[in-house]
Amino acid sequence: MTTASPTLKRARRLVQPTAAILLTVLLLGVPFMIIIFTAGKDQGAALNPDLSPPATWQLWSNLATVLDEGNMVQALFGSLLVMVPSVLLVLVLGSLASWILARRSSRSMAVLYALAISGIVLPPAVVTIVLLLRQLGLAGTAIGMISVYTGMYLSTVIFFVTGFIRTIPMELEEAARMDGAGPFRVFWKVIVPLLTPTLATASILICLYIWNDVFYALFVIGGRIDTLPLNLFDVASAGLYLQRWHMIFSYIILMSLPLLTVFVFLQRKIISGITSGAVK
Amino acid sequence: MTTTLLPARRKDQPRDARLADRRSRQDHPSWFLWPALAMLVIFFFTPTIYNFVYAFTDWSSFKSEIGFVGFDNFVKLLQNGSLLSDLRVTLVYAILVAIFQNLFGLGLALVLERDTRINRFARAAFFVPVIMSALAVGYVFQAILKPDGVLNNFLTTLTGGEVSIPWLGSTTWTIVVVAIIHAWKWMGLSMLIYLAGLKTINEEVIEAAQLDGAGYWRIFKAVRWPLLAPAVTFNFATALLGSMNGFDIVQATTAGGPGGSTELLNIFIFRTFGQGLFAQATAMSLVLFLVVALLAFPVIIYLRRRERVL
Repeated sequence: MTTASPTLKRARRLVQPTAAILLTVLLLGVPFMIIIFTAGKDQGAALNPDLSPPATWQLWSNLATVLDEGNMVQALFGSLLVMVPSVLLVLVLGSLASWILARRSSRSMAVLYALAISGIVLPPAVVTIVLLLRQLGLAGTAIGMISVYTGMYLSTVIFFVTGFIRTIPMELEEAARMDGAGPFRVFWKVIVPLLTPTLATASILICLYIWNDVFYALFVIGGRIDTLPLNLFDVASAGLYLQRWHMIFSYIILMSLPLLTVFVFLQRKIISGITSGAVK
Repeated sequence: MTTTLLPARRKDQPRDARLADRRSRQDHPSWFLWPALAMLVIFFFTPTIYNFVYAFTDWSSFKSEIGFVGFDNFVKLLQNGSLLSDLRVTLVYAILVAIFQNLFGLGLALVLERDTRINRFARAAFFVPVIMSALAVGYVFQAILKPDGVLNNFLTTLTGGEVSIPWLGSTTWTIVVVAIIHAWKWMGLSMLIYLAGLKTINEEVIEAAQLDGAGYWRIFKAVRWPLLAPAVTFNFATALLGSMNGFDIVQATTAGGPGGSTELLNIFIFRTFGQGLFAQATAMSLVLFLVVALLAFPVIIYLRRRERVL
């Protein structure tokens, strides 16, 4: 950004960083400090979470307590149990389908594509999903939950990947076909390597949705399999930790750590991936 | 959309077209589609179709048989007022979220636009709420906004007088507060999309406007804002439709209260389902589906038109 007058330019050079720092501190620093300070206090001091640092820090022991008492290890495995297969299934099935949807151009394919991506905006029928799973004998099971997530997020993957495959020149495929490669080989050797960045972005978004989902999990596996958000809902809203903010905030810190760690290491790729996918 | 996909040579000769079509089918066999379609049909479309059936039954946990009852569920929901009230709350909430999230996101994008070290750090920091659990965010703000919570204490020391605003206890204003929390959680995502939109604007256009003597605000209003249109539409549509389907933040802060003034359709569905009134929950789920579909229609048309342009 250049401005006509040099004095204005100098003034703006100072105004912008100040505004950036102020916004970050006020909008993020304050809530995050409240979380960390409160998680480091004892029960009495944490009754009203505020910006005062704890008189004596007991963050580690609080974290250890929720980890143990709050059943977090079991919930972590529950979260992984439903998330990992869902993400893999969505990516594999989604890219297989996207390749065909992107390359074939009949009228019926256009209709199929429109149907396939309708799930991006249409809300899943959460009550009747439970009924369907009961009929299939999958109610309350991990397989049921995985299937529901797969059905919900295939649309997102198909939308992202189909759009991307259309930008890959057909000539690349043709060259492989000239060498006698069959459809699967063409897909695996030509398309999949080019898809990696798109798939990475899509999988980050879907991991984020599934890792943090509590609504669909409440209906499908609530009370049967524990996931981290389901468990948080139980301990914070009704059970163990009602109004015990130091425990709730400790739980929140631990629960956010896995995604946070991934984000810290991959933040540049994640940010550029999301922005390039959304506005082309 | 279909027309742009046809390779040019097909238009000239229909015989070649048929040949190309057959080859395309061999090269891109349909069986690649089947697994994904099967999952979509079974786990997405079937429950949706069920919605249209079971909303008209007396399915509940209190009896083992399910019988058709016509529009009884909808009549009941209309009579006890929850249908119109929850629908209104959901729409108001969605519109408020869309407005706040875009205001915050665009504001952040404009402040953090230049590629400096501070800005890069701030952008990453504003993405942290996006990756946090919405439920967790809700609990954090419940603690901050309590009557004797940190915000009221801060205002008390600031004004000198005792401040005890019931942020989460007003039947009029709490919905606004909760919508702001929702916008706070997702503003980082809107910011990123606005930043990407700002980057696509040609520097020369802005330089030309500067040569004509236009200031920052004038350039923003006359040049950049119109060119940001795609990002605005994308952000507004996703925020609006996404928050129609909201649950976590409201459940964690108010659970629908006070007095049902923040009861979103999904909160009703969850509560009623928990009471074993499955058919009523299904009826409300159908209402949500129809409203979102109705709102989404113009959005999808818009997105596809853009696709054709690209």
